[in-house]
Parts: sequence; C-alpha cells; structure tokens
Amino acid sequence: MKDLIQKLVEAWGPSGYEHQVRDLIREEAAPYVDEMRVDGMGNLICRVGNGDKKAVIAAHMDEIGVMPTFVEPKSGYLRFTNLGGLLHTSMVGARVRFEDGTVGVICTHDYFGAGRTTVTDLNDFFIDVSDGESENGGKIPAGSPATFWRTLETRGTRLISKAMDDRIGCVVALEAIKRLNRNTPNTLYFAFTVQEEVGLRGAKTAAFGLDADVAIALDVTATGDFPRNSKMDVRLGGGAAIKIHDMAHIVPAAVRDWMIARAEADGIAYQRELLTLGSTDAAAIQLTGTGIPSGTISIPCRFVHTVSETVDVRDVEACVRLLVGLTANPITL
Amino acid sequence: MTGNGHYLKELSETIGLSGNEDAVRAVVLRAIEGHADSIRIDPMGSVTAIKRGTGENPLRVMIAAHMDEVGFMVMGFDGDGLIRFTAIGGLEDRLLPGLRVRIGDQQVRGVVIWTPIHKNREQTVAKIASLRIDIGATSKDEAQGKIKRGDRIAFDSEFVELSDKVLRGKSFDDRVGCSLLIDVLRGDHAYPVDVLAAFTVQEEIGLRGAQVAARTLDPDAALVLEGTRANDVPNPLDEPDEANEPNPTTRMGAGPVLTVIDANMIAHPRLLAFARAAAESEGIPYQIKGRAVGGTDGGAIHVVNGGVPTTVISMPCRYIHTPSALLHRDDYEHGLRLIKAILNGLRRDVL
Repeated sequence: MKDLIQKLVEAWGPSGYEHQVRDLIREEAAPYVDEMRVDGMGNLICRVGNGDKKAVIAAHMDEIGVMPTFVEPKSGYLRFTNLGGLLHTSMVGARVRFEDGTVGVICTHDYFGAGRTTVTDLNDFFIDVSDGESENGGKIPAGSPATFWRTLETRGTRLISKAMDDRIGCVVALEAIKRLNRNTPNTLYFAFTVQEEVGLRGAKTAAFGLDADVAIALDVTATGDFPRNSKMDVRLGGGAAIKIHDMAHIVPAAVRDWMIARAEADGIAYQRELLTLGSTDAAAIQLTGTGIPSGTISIPCRFVHTVSETVDVRDVEACVRLLVGLTANPITL
Repeated sequence: MTGNGHYLKELSETIGLSGNEDAVRAVVLRAIEGHADSIRIDPMGSVTAIKRGTGENPLRVMIAAHMDEVGFMVMGFDGDGLIRFTAIGGLEDRLLPGLRVRIGDQQVRGVVIWTPIHKNREQTVAKIASLRIDIGATSKDEAQGKIKRGDRIAFDSEFVELSDKVLRGKSFDDRVGCSLLIDVLRGDHAYPVDVLAAFTVQEEIGLRGAQVAARTLDPDAALVLEGTRANDVPNPLDEPDEANEPNPTTRMGAGPVLTVIDANMIAHPRLLAFARAAAESEGIPYQIKGRAVGGTDGGAIHVVNGGVPTTVISMPCRYIHTPSALLHRDDYEHGLRLIKAILNGLRRDVL
C-alpha cells in the first residue's frame, strides 16, 4: 500500500484539473472492476459487482492549489486566486508545481517585517517563476493552475504529504477494490470525484442516475490532538473515524449504526467523529435525485490544508478494513 | 446598432427585474420567432429555443443568457408619500442618492432622495434603509394610488451611442448576452451542432432559472454569455508614472473575456482550451479572467444531471450594475464571431 500512497499523493491534480490523477487511478483499478466511465464533470465511476443493493463510494481526486490570474508586466511575478481553502499562514515560502513540472515559490511583500503577521489578503501574495534567463520565461501564462509541492515523508507510522486530502481517501477506495477482487453481493460504484475543494461540485453529479441505496464518502477529518486545539474527540492512531455530523451533513442513524456494528463485529478500531468545520462529498451526494442515505468514513489527519498533512498508516488500514467489511457483506439498512 | 446587435437598444431599455422578466421575454420571443425549430417557455419563465444541427448525431450545446436585471422593490410608504425600497440583486448604496428610477408596470417616474453637500459635509454613504424614493406625491394616499408594495423599481436609463464604437445603457448584464444569443439564432445557416438556446430568469438572485433549464435540456456542453466588469478604470494605488499599466483583469475593447475560474465554477479545461484555440486561429482578440469573485449561470448549469462541460464568454462592460454601463462594438462583434467559431468547430472528442 505504501507504493500506491506515494504514487497518488505525489500526483498533480488541482481542482478542475484532475486528469493526471484520474489516469493513475484508472490504471490501478482496471484489473479489478467490471466497468469504468467518466461523467460530464470528470468524475471517474468504477462499477464492481452486480447485486441488488447499490452503494456509491466517493473519494475526491482534487487537491487545493492556486490559479494564476495575472502576470506582472515588468517583474514577471504571478498574481493568483485560490483553488479551495488556502491558509495564508502557511503560504510564505511554499512551493507550487505547474503541469509542465515548473516549481514556483510563493511569497508576499515585506514578509520579514510588517507582513510577518498582518498579510491576510491573497492579492498581497505572488509566485516567483523566474529561471535566471527571464523573469517568467513566458512559460506560465495566466490560467495555468498549480498545486503545492512536497514529496511523501515517513516518520514511524506517520505519513506526511501535501495531498493526504484526499488522495488517502482514493487509496482507501483503491485498496478496497483490490481486496474485494469482485467478491461482493452488492453493486458498488466507486466514484473518484472532481472539484470537492471548491464546493463539492463533482459529487453533485457523481451519483446521478445510479439509483443508489446508500453512499459512503472517504475523506480526511481534522483531529483534536494538538496543543490548545478546539475540543474534538478524534486523534491520530485512534482508528477509522465514523462521521456522526459535520457542517453540512447529519449522518442518518441507520447508516451510522451500520458502520459501527461492522467495526465492532470485525474488531476494527474506530472513533466517533463530530466535525464543526468542513464537510465531505457525502453532503452533496445525499441530495442526489430523491435523496440517498449517506455516511462518511474519515481518515484522521493533522494539519489539513498545509503541505504537511499527517496521517497514521494504522488508521488508513482500519478504514480499508471497515470499507471492505461494509461492502463485502450484504448491505442491510 | 445596425446588423448584428439589432435588438440591443430595445433589450437595454426594456425593464425586467428578477422574477418579472415578462417584457424582456416578449422582445426575445419576437426576435427569435421563425429562427428556431421549437420555442418553449418553461415553468420558471425561461425561454428555451432549439435550432437543429446539420451533423449526424449532433452535439447538443446549450447557450445561456439571462433576461433579468438588478433593481429594487417597493417595501412601503411613509406618511408624506415617500417610498421605502430594497435591492434585488447585487447593488451598492454608493450609486443611490439622486438616482432616477421607474416603478411598476406603469413605469411611474421617481428619484431617490438626495442630501445636498451643505447638509452632508461628512460625505458618508447613506444606507438603502435610510433612503426613500420621491415620485412627487405629497401624501401616502396619493403615492399608494400610483404604485403598490412589491412593485419592481428599475433604472431610468436611455440607450445612447456615445461614439462610433462605444454604447451606453442599462442592463448590459446580461442583455448583451441575450442580444448575442438572438444573433446566434438569427444567423442564416444552421450550425453542425444542435443549439439549445436558454434565455433564463432569476440569475441575479441565485442562478435559479438556469438550473431548471439545464436540467430539462440535458445538454452535452454549455456556453454562458455574460456582461462582465471591465476593470480598466484609473487605479488609485498606481504610481503616477505607471499609470499606463493595465489593471489585473479585463479591459473594454480588448476582446471577449474567457473565464478560467469564478466564485462558483471552474471552466471545463478542454472546452476552455478549445475556445482559446478557436479565437487564436480566427484571429479574434480575447482576454482571460480568473478572479474567484462573481458568478454566472454556469455555476448552476455545470453541475446538473451527470455534469455539463461549461465555459463562459463575457463582454467586458465598464460600470456594470449601474444605469450607465458602457459596451464596445468591437467586443460585441468579436464575441459573436468567437461563439460562431466554437459552434462550427466543436466536436465530441473535445469534451
């Protein structure tokens, strides 16, 4: 699983431009699925099995990033807007990578002086893409998106990456697809979605026409286990987080209990997740058609939306086992 | 305007606020009659018209332009006959004092009250709640005899050709889109693709008409035609020596604007790239806009049903959402050419 994690978290896929990630996932999933298609938004939908009960399992392919909107005419610095929720405190010195492989560096005016604490407006930041021969090289026109750029790091059971949100969810889905190896009494639609970070937009169409009985989103969740953090009872290493409630989604009790019962039956470590900021694709999917009961299996993650999103591989394993348990058995809700 | 844009003056001067687009719809229906294979008014009030393509198994391309405009609504009456009002759509308080308006179906003339400089030395911006509209009535009864609570209030603004190239009018957002869409339908020839024209309602208050129209038309791809903000006004932050530096968004007269991202949509990458390539091969100037503010009907359209690849083509207008927006004829002509180039060249494999 480590190789798969590295391949996916280091892939390039800002919101709206997920094609490289989609190609990787398509290649990984192909031997284990019955059918694959891409919908009008760009979601990759993989069907496994042909049973009566139908489930949609969603993980989003996109990651937060930046969209250059203007090239400064003299200096060549790029001005940009956000793709998803950027944290201004983590941007000075951050590296971003464009589709052609160019790595740029974000900075702001006077970052060593007054800007140290006061810069909060995205218009005050810029990206340096000079290469010594020219200030821009003409290679990066406005409209060329970029993602933050770091390689995967490992520290014991901890894994650190720019894009755990939500490539680790994609890994959980892919790993489950492989372990199931088509052995399911249900019809499973694994939806690798686009544009989650800009407002759950891919998820609005991913479940269209599938007539699903239940949906499960796979995504990271914040943890409450660092100093002076808000009170939240999810910690790294505590197991799969079963969502109870978040900003945009109240998980139906039947879905919640279905997940908890499976975790207990299979002896999988789990924790109850109550999140006060943020949501997942499940919030959009639950409103598809006449409504789909939906839940979320969350991977606990420290420092979400920084370049150092940190998860624990034991939690990832717990999430895979829980998902396999839920989908390999007849779905009863 | 003669030739293309024949209906722009009438569209600009017609009044149609969100939820009450009847008069605009009448102009649209008259303009497109006989130029589409079917014309329908949907339950929301949007006009959808289908012009069949010439190709085999043609792509179904929705083109959307919204009929509604921003304005105000009558909320109540003061004892002295002055009228309380509120905004419909995104409007700012700074343009209110002294504004000339037309109220209700009878287009009763009025003016927003205005405090002269010797009474308002602080030059503070008066909030809409503290302002009133004066229609010349001297009592509540007289005012209520002319207008009703809930009547829509529109800018009182005449369409004027300021020069050979520059046109002034209200509601270019989005009557310029309606005018372009009319010209697309009235073009002599059919296109290879099916054109699914949607003149939508209630865009300014939340993209409501477009959502229903797109779900019903179920297109393969969509173009949204808009009037957008031209940002080429003097920038107080510029150093005087750098006054000629362009501002970091769009300029009037520099060509149609292709949106990369706005507040509610990321343009479909391949459709956007196709539009750029079409402009370049046709020698049509264009501009790129990518500020994550503002939104268009595209925000609703691209996420209906199984998802719709969508991109936005806007005309850069100065002073949008005021009674006096400016539009450059060259942008209009270039915009129309670009739309036609896309319709003539778009193939399924682009999507």
